[in-house]
Amino acid sequence: MNWLDTIVQGVLLGGLYALFAAGLSLVFGIMRLVNLAHGDLIVLAAFVILALVTTLGVSPFVGALMAAPLMFAAGWALQYFLLNRTLGKDILPPLLVTFGLSIVIQNGLLEGFSADSRRVSAGSLESASIALGPVNAGIMPLMTFLSAVAVIVCLNQLIYRTAVGRAFRATSDDPVTAGLMGIRPQRIFALATGLAMVVVTIAALYLGTRANFEPTSGPARLIYAFEAIIIGGLGSLWGTLAGGVILGIAQTVGAAINPEWQILTGHLAFLLVLLFKPRGLFPRAVD
Amino acid sequence: MAILRLEEVSKKFGALTVAEQICFAVGEGEALGIIGPNGAGKSTLFNLINGNIAPDSGTIHFCGADVTRVPPMARCLSGMGRTFQIPQPFERLTVFENLLVAGAFGTRRQESEVSDRCAEILVDTGLIDKANVLAGGLTLLQRKRLELARALATEPKLLLLDEIAGGLTEGECRSLVATIRAIHAKGVAVIWIEHVLHALNSVVERLLVLHFGKVIGIGKPDEIMASREVREIYLGIEI
Repeated sequence: MNWLDTIVQGVLLGGLYALFAAGLSLVFGIMRLVNLAHGDLIVLAAFVILALVTTLGVSPFVGALMAAPLMFAAGWALQYFLLNRTLGKDILPPLLVTFGLSIVIQNGLLEGFSADSRRVSAGSLESASIALGPVNAGIMPLMTFLSAVAVIVCLNQLIYRTAVGRAFRATSDDPVTAGLMGIRPQRIFALATGLAMVVVTIAALYLGTRANFEPTSGPARLIYAFEAIIIGGLGSLWGTLAGGVILGIAQTVGAAINPEWQILTGHLAFLLVLLFKPRGLFPRAVD
Repeated sequence: MAILRLEEVSKKFGALTVAEQICFAVGEGEALGIIGPNGAGKSTLFNLINGNIAPDSGTIHFCGADVTRVPPMARCLSGMGRTFQIPQPFERLTVFENLLVAGAFGTRRQESEVSDRCAEILVDTGLIDKANVLAGGLTLLQRKRLELARALATEPKLLLLDEIAGGLTEGECRSLVATIRAIHAKGVAVIWIEHVLHALNSVVERLLVLHFGKVIGIGKPDEIMASREVREIYLGIEI
């Protein structure tokens, strides 16, 4: 077994998990909303890209570019008209509603696309690779990782350097007082979920081109996203990337020892972090 | 012309009447003090004025428009600023960012257009040294000053101050009063709820006394303080 190669593949896989997690993390950070339908929304976006690619004959990247505004609008409307009504002191309503939404999306996709396993073809890119020193890395995994880094850089710039970002943080701190400063919390929340759905579309692009997916693939993506966030520590997007990388390495190392162990070792790594560092590896000061 | 006018505003929480037929007006650039025992409905009155709670009956006019059913953020945009009795800074934003958010969203302008003014306000309120400190790390006086500074950043025509001098030392109180006087001198109308009477009376032109949700007196501070009813209710003095 080539250890270096295994670890590099794990790091790159971690990029995909960080992409799964970034949208979830954004929404939780701003409105303390745990979106249990997040994984299903990723799968939904993958089907939207698939539909665009098959009907219009465009490349998956163009498909994702077209799907992004659609998903933004869907996320905005979902938050503004439905999820905003569930937010309050009680944390149960958003959990129940998003859990219900997860079931609705899965069954809607089953109706529309059948239970078949699908894949979006990325043509010759799928098998292309370049040599990174002693190891070969696939172009698609590399792009996934670089996209994850780019998404995190962009989100951090947005949150810490722009007026909208300050409004995000102010609303996250205290929505009522933010309202007295002329901020409309309902719209800020809708904007945040819309943005999260753009990140979801990027995640869906790589999910759909790298692996098979089916209408019921969502919950497992949600679990990887959660694990990446918790391992990294709540509230830090770079921590989430690190969490994704740790999860990815644990999985590829497990798979290298025995292919049946891939999923198991990922969860074991997560449990170990919970056991020894329950607040994650890079927690923010207080939360 | 009156900047704010309340007409027969009433509000009940269940069986408890917190505002009963409240009528008064505040002129442009005027400073009005509100006093009353704890539980008289003073902070509730502010919540009614700025729209955090809706009255059961009656109307509230601000700058000539009926704002009775207008949400708080819209009232902020039309020029109503408020501070809280317990300061509510955005703790994970820096002091300067707190003002920037209020300045940009409270006036619907770009941050670049309001940043200079925000810096001036920090100088005026004595917070400029703390501009890049997270608001969560401020002391009580600094938090009260930030509360005031943030309200000013929204460029209010009317400023609602809720017990901003409470809990401060004598010296701190004096410097805060000087800041408020300077703001008032620039033409900003002020409604100020306060228990620290000498601070209040050094700024306001009229006093309003609230008791169990009812206005029991409004007029010049010395006349109000001389009134037998006010002394009995508010100061607990038997005459």
